Amino acid sequence: MYFSHTPAEREAMLRTIGVKSLEDLFQAVPAAHRFPDLRLPPALTEMEALSEMQEYALANESIQELSSFLGAGAYHHYIPAAVDSLLRRGEFYTAYTPYQPEISQGTLQSIFDYQSLVVALTGMEVSNASHYDGATAIAEAVTMAHANFRGKRARVVLSPAVHPHYRQVLHTYNHGTPIEVVGEDLDLTAGPEALIPLIDPQTALVIVQYPDFFGRIYDLTHLAQAAHAAGALLAVSVNPTALGLLKTPGEFGADIVTGEGQPLGIPLSFGGPYLGLFATRKEYVRKMAGRLVGETVDNRGQRAYVLTLTAREQHIRREKATSNICTNQGLMALAATIYMSLLGKHGLRQVAELCYHKAHYAAQKITALPGYALWSNAPFFHEFVVRCPLPVDEINEHLLEYDILGGYDLGQDYPQLENHMLIAVTEMNSKEEIDRLADALAVLSYEEEASYE
Amino acid sequence: MSEPLLCELSVPGRVGFRFPEVDVPQAPLPEGMLRQELPLPELYEVDVVRHYTRLSQLNHGIDIGFYPLGSCTMKYNPKVNEEVARLPGFAHVHPLQPEETVQGSLALMYQLQEWLKEIGGFAGVTLQPAAGAQGELTGVLIIRAYHEANGQSQRNKILIPDSAHGTNPATSAMSGMRVVEIKSDGRGNVDLEALRAECDESLAGLMLTNPNTLGLFDENVEEVVRLVHAAGGLVYGDGANLNALLGIVRPGDLGIDVLHYNLHKTFSTPHGGGGPGSGPVGVAEKLVDFLPGPLVDIIEPGDDEEPPLYGFVYPKKSIGRVKAFHGHFGMMARAYTYMRMHGKEGMRMISEYAVLNANYLRARLRDVYHVPYDRICMHEFVAEGRWPDIPDIQALDIAKRLMDFGFHPPTNYFPLIVHDALMIEPTETESLQNLDAFADAMIKIAEEARSNPELLKTAPHNTPVGRVDEVKAAKELVLCCGFRSTDLSSK
Repeated sequence: MYFSHTPAEREAMLRTIGVKSLEDLFQAVPAAHRFPDLRLPPALTEMEALSEMQEYALANESIQELSSFLGAGAYHHYIPAAVDSLLRRGEFYTAYTPYQPEISQGTLQSIFDYQSLVVALTGMEVSNASHYDGATAIAEAVTMAHANFRGKRARVVLSPAVHPHYRQVLHTYNHGTPIEVVGEDLDLTAGPEALIPLIDPQTALVIVQYPDFFGRIYDLTHLAQAAHAAGALLAVSVNPTALGLLKTPGEFGADIVTGEGQPLGIPLSFGGPYLGLFATRKEYVRKMAGRLVGETVDNRGQRAYVLTLTAREQHIRREKATSNICTNQGLMALAATIYMSLLGKHGLRQVAELCYHKAHYAAQKITALPGYALWSNAPFFHEFVVRCPLPVDEINEHLLEYDILGGYDLGQDYPQLENHMLIAVTEMNSKEEIDRLADALAVLSYEEEASYE
Repeated sequence: MSEPLLCELSVPGRVGFRFPEVDVPQAPLPEGMLRQELPLPELYEVDVVRHYTRLSQLNHGIDIGFYPLGSCTMKYNPKVNEEVARLPGFAHVHPLQPEETVQGSLALMYQLQEWLKEIGGFAGVTLQPAAGAQGELTGVLIIRAYHEANGQSQRNKILIPDSAHGTNPATSAMSGMRVVEIKSDGRGNVDLEALRAECDESLAGLMLTNPNTLGLFDENVEEVVRLVHAAGGLVYGDGANLNALLGIVRPGDLGIDVLHYNLHKTFSTPHGGGGPGSGPVGVAEKLVDFLPGPLVDIIEPGDDEEPPLYGFVYPKKSIGRVKAFHGHFGMMARAYTYMRMHGKEGMRMISEYAVLNANYLRARLRDVYHVPYDRICMHEFVAEGRWPDIPDIQALDIAKRLMDFGFHPPTNYFPLIVHDALMIEPTETESLQNLDAFADAMIKIAEEARSNPELLKTAPHNTPVGRVDEVKAAKELVLCCGFRSTDLSSK
């Protein structure tokens, strides 16, 4: 507990207020419900609480004990020690949103650094200070595009190869609005060009993922051209690690880039907190939701930073604001900023190449096994789909016996992809680990064949 | 003295971080898909560490001093929370691992759901929402789904008192709802006559912040809830001010149907310079089936030997996901640690001391600063930052001058229903000495306002930067610095 008053201090304070007891402060609360008898256990000390939390943590199998080939939107990457060391500075993590620029330049300039890095990485022109995660960033892109056309265009063309969770969130946000979503029932094996026939004059936004949920990479130039020819916008949800190697959505002509920033120095933490990237072109800056930091000067002539274009936001516009976002992912954006600062030009390219080569080595090893085949011939980055000879949950159960965390079971989200596994490989997977995965799968395909005989 | 930007610190050719060499045969890279340039900074580790350390020193944080920012509950963030969130068994667990390998995380989430249900008086809780504003959105979507399921889709009106947070109307509008504002009465309560006039067939619900943004507990809350329910509406509780109510009253017992919690306010998870937050939502029995999925539940009960088996379940009429994966687990681990360290008695003490501290400051300042609704407040109160005899001085000047005394200013110009509002929330973690030092500074500033108003007008004086030119920032819109050596957009 973190209270400091002594009994004598408490009495003195009550006297100053002019009441006799603490209870007297709560007369406005209906008496029948005042001071409920909460069914909660007594307090623990720090020693006891930490020990209990360690027990919970030990009941998990962490990917430090397992070899992980699981991705599907959250990736195991190395985080340089300096990232967390800096994040732990109380001046950063115990501050609130930088409403008072005179005593928040640290947060403000860091966000400005973040905006600069995201702009450089995505090939766009402006970035906001972040959204909650990759899923809500896409939902906000839809709201922005809808508002951009003043509600006159209500169609959204959505690729089925966008992360299933992201698509679900988009539907939750848009239920009951005039927005109509098409495209999710398209053939999964088709590339982004299959979306083009769905783009019509009512289309506000076309949404694809890059690399897509299945790890595939496609040139998006024609899609961008088709969207623009119809007057629509193109949003691309990215994996930022891939942009260390691959052409940017900006080069293809994207209007909005969203993405999950977790690979940039943020631990997996069972799914959060992560980081929603959001960048766009200058002409749409006033339509973009979320906080934004701009450069200016102070009354002493010094360069300074401040939250800007706040008139777009909920605390000013109230019911006329296009988004209710207020808190963003400040500290996670700082983690990504420090990560990108440390890795820089060379490091980000290096980690992207490591992921690429190791994933391709793994794909080659696995597809050489009887019963396993690559589902798609399209180029891929660090994740790929394998058709398996057995149900994926059975394979994963078997792999766990070898302390291997297998890939994602795609049948959960796509019935047509039953027995298909999505495998992710990063710089954290050594050649030896990849070989062990292939060996463990080989045992299984051998057992499978044996059971047929 | 200003700190250079990353792009100014960058030196071409410098390498800060090296990964091991590739240990597998190299595959051909996809021709035509490679970027030609990666215009990121080139720094080495010492540059980076010093840059961000120096930047951190330009910030005010709770670890440095008092931070009485109203409605933000800037209480101390315990250090043990940070240790817990970083335990390898928590930090290095993938969200899509098989459930049997993440029983520790699921058990913690289950316990947190149970604690929040008990504290709020609710039948179900989702931990998925990422922040308070997303919790609000979740709540309004649940209200809409409930009416739809009952064949009452025409209910599209949300009532919002004029003392509400700005997120409330924005959230309602985002959900396609029509917003009608309800005024406050002379004691800062919801005006019952105004409320009655809007209770009709189109009423979906009321968004109630209680205690409200004046820091006052609505004295008619039971009547407010009764009126809304009688008209077929639901009552949404904005839990941003829950720090006043722990162990004092359970919103569910008052008839509130939906409420969001802010783990980053009430339950001590750090604000992180503007996030990440975490905004779980609690609901009454009739709304449990509409919660976003998945929730954590017990799949197989345990016994003396074995713990229960936990797993994810999907509510029957769920509004769907509001976020990828399962919410901000790292924040849940911190909040649950904090709750365990307070337990039953500690919960009540949090709110008693938060309310004691706020009333103490109110009592010390009320003769110097006009407090428009001057009755016993809850965890915060609102004073006017202006005096009739010196019309030149505004709340902003007082706020800026406070920085020279080492204090973060209170929330200013909010709520909108008080002129030059200064909204002061001390929280329970401040000592009497800190409260007195703040009150002394406020009283001194009131004197300075008359003896040397220029001192306030030109404040702050002792901060890394002075008052900034916000108009220039919005007009010139410099939003990033370029690492780019070529302009890709001109191609």
